[in-house]
Amino acid sequence: MTTTAPSSAAAQPATSSAPLLEVTDVQKWFPGRSKGLLSRTGNPVKAVDGVSFTVHEGETLGLVGESGCGKSTTGRVVSKLIEPTGGAIRFQGRDISGLSRRAMRPLRREVQMIFQDPYSSLNPRQTIGTIVGTPFRIQGQKPEGGVKKAVQGLMERVGLNPEHYNRYPHEFSGGQRQRIGIARALALRPKLIVCDEPVSALDVSVQAQVVNLLEDLQSEFGLAYVFIAHDLSVVRHISDRVAVMYLGKIMEITDRDSLYESPMHPYTHALLSAVPIPDPAVESRRERILLTGDLPSPSSPPSGCVFHTRCPKYRTELSDSQREHCRTTQPVLEEKRPGHQVYCHFPQVRTDLIDGQPGPVRTTGPKTA
Amino acid sequence: MSTAQPVTVRPPLSGEPFLSVEDLKVHFPTDDGLVKSVDGLTFSVRPGEIVGIVGESGSGKSVTAQAILGLHKGSRAQVSGHIWLGGRDLVAATENEMRQVRGDDVAMIFQDPLSSLHPFYSVGDQIAEAYRVHNKVSAKDARTRTVEMLEKVGIPNASSRYDDSPHQFSGGMRQRAMIAMALICKPRLLIADEPTTALDVTVQAQILELIKELRDELDSAVILITHDLGVVAETCDQVVVMYGGQCVEKGPVDQLFDQPEMPYTWGLLGSMPRMDRVRATRLLPIAGSPPSLINVPKGCVFNPRCRYSDRVEGRKCFTVHPALEPSTPEHEVRCHIPPAERQQILLTEIRPNL
Repeated sequence: MTTTAPSSAAAQPATSSAPLLEVTDVQKWFPGRSKGLLSRTGNPVKAVDGVSFTVHEGETLGLVGESGCGKSTTGRVVSKLIEPTGGAIRFQGRDISGLSRRAMRPLRREVQMIFQDPYSSLNPRQTIGTIVGTPFRIQGQKPEGGVKKAVQGLMERVGLNPEHYNRYPHEFSGGQRQRIGIARALALRPKLIVCDEPVSALDVSVQAQVVNLLEDLQSEFGLAYVFIAHDLSVVRHISDRVAVMYLGKIMEITDRDSLYESPMHPYTHALLSAVPIPDPAVESRRERILLTGDLPSPSSPPSGCVFHTRCPKYRTELSDSQREHCRTTQPVLEEKRPGHQVYCHFPQVRTDLIDGQPGPVRTTGPKTA
Repeated sequence: MSTAQPVTVRPPLSGEPFLSVEDLKVHFPTDDGLVKSVDGLTFSVRPGEIVGIVGESGSGKSVTAQAILGLHKGSRAQVSGHIWLGGRDLVAATENEMRQVRGDDVAMIFQDPLSSLHPFYSVGDQIAEAYRVHNKVSAKDARTRTVEMLEKVGIPNASSRYDDSPHQFSGGMRQRAMIAMALICKPRLLIADEPTTALDVTVQAQILELIKELRDELDSAVILITHDLGVVAETCDQVVVMYGGQCVEKGPVDQLFDQPEMPYTWGLLGSMPRMDRVRATRLLPIAGSPPSLINVPKGCVFNPRCRYSDRVEGRKCFTVHPALEPSTPEHEVRCHIPPAERQQILLTEIRPNL
């Protein structure tokens, strides 16, 4: 309850202030699989193909999509764990996309990452004290009162017992390990944390503890999050704005409530309709839009709109000339309503997907707390 | 099915459930002590009914499924109680008898389709093998039947995909293949252990739809094990909530979501973020972590995490193990809080925050 006020204040980024992170038309292509022993002629895998978004200070951007849509790769490119193939990443106004490892190092303090699997993202041979203290050593920082005191302070802040300083990762449960990962990410007081599926591996009751912790830390330290997840319920809970990805592209990006209550892209429609809601009464009146077929290969994406091969609207509602348009012309991510960008030739607002009943059309604007 | 001998004959019952688990206990002796994974579980499944078993990791959901399939036979596990399946007690059945039951009467779908398919053999051959073990048919007939089944679960170009290896299938298609394998002998009981946890939501919707369709067609009984209450609300008729190896609440799906009575169920519902709600406040997690199954808490298993144990007189929650008692004829709850007070807490403290 204490968090709602600061986070909703942070949810309204002053449009005049420069964004913390500005990603423009970023691409990440991986070399294609070679056909023979020597030739490397395969098509590149376009994991991320022209993604643009901004993140303001203290804001949470949710990044959702199915496996293989490029959301994790986007997270890794943004935090410069891998080099983008093209495009610009501006952090605090400075282009960091071409920086060398050494030039990146001071910036590492500002951008940190939390990983999905709490079992494999901690070195099993190091104690918690070493793991959480490593950022200080690498960055050559000497916190006041020594590294041990700083680490114990962090452990306490994320809800771990500071006396467990000398324990090893295997002595902790999944939820506790995720807290260790969070303490490590917090050590250098970053401005932005890229969270790659931070709660997917946890049980619901523990998941809620970690989500609450992330929110508390956000309001305490003014953190910005890029929150990557496939669970649309968690994303609705934690995000201020949400981007939906499909096959390496952003399909729709807008503030949270517009996306969930007035989505415009047919893919978002299908995604929202597929999430089961824990209420049998609501479930029984909802329409489920089933997508047919499988995700196309990102090395040979469909022509025109990348979603047209599975689009329910393309299949059932559009005329032949409209379909022709979808097949041949690539849509652009553009503003269809104020603050609501959609990658679709024929977007349409739907308000009945979550509740099974049509609701009011949400427009972007000042949020109510 | 015809070859298996009935081990014990069950007294006749009206409104016969196909599977009936009575006071099932599965205990594993280990160096650290006795792990009571399942401790006194009772539930039943009628033909055409989908029963959801919900709980967190370590609550005994999967161990229950394994016990029904007789997968603990030959291990050190101590299984007691009864598992009545169409008149036979599977707890007393031998490994040979179980082999007849598996795949024919009871089939199982596992969580991870990639590790439950053999990477070397073609998907089609693996499914056909399951059919040929239980039916005397030629290889050609088995192939025809397999292709039919693959088509039924929605695999495009089934006859040409028959010879593909599992790695050539996508995650959703592998799970469809597993379902085809499970259903090829038309089992009367299907156990799905987290069948959609590894899948994306759009694929999950397809798979759940498929399970429901096949249930309608074959009139099979289905046990759906999951940790996702959304999946339960969407598919199940009856729900069993498990915690620390015990059933803590059980009832028809509507009652369980509308009138949950056990504090653990409240906790589960409160800690799930809901997509259909504008965020009001913070999530309400359950404090602490799941209990150790070696040193099970005295009294009620949930007492170390329960916020309401002070509402019960005489510290009964900490000393007396509560029984699973009916609150309505179909809805059973394991809790010491008097039913009237539970309703009151639900109305005044829980419902407003859900």
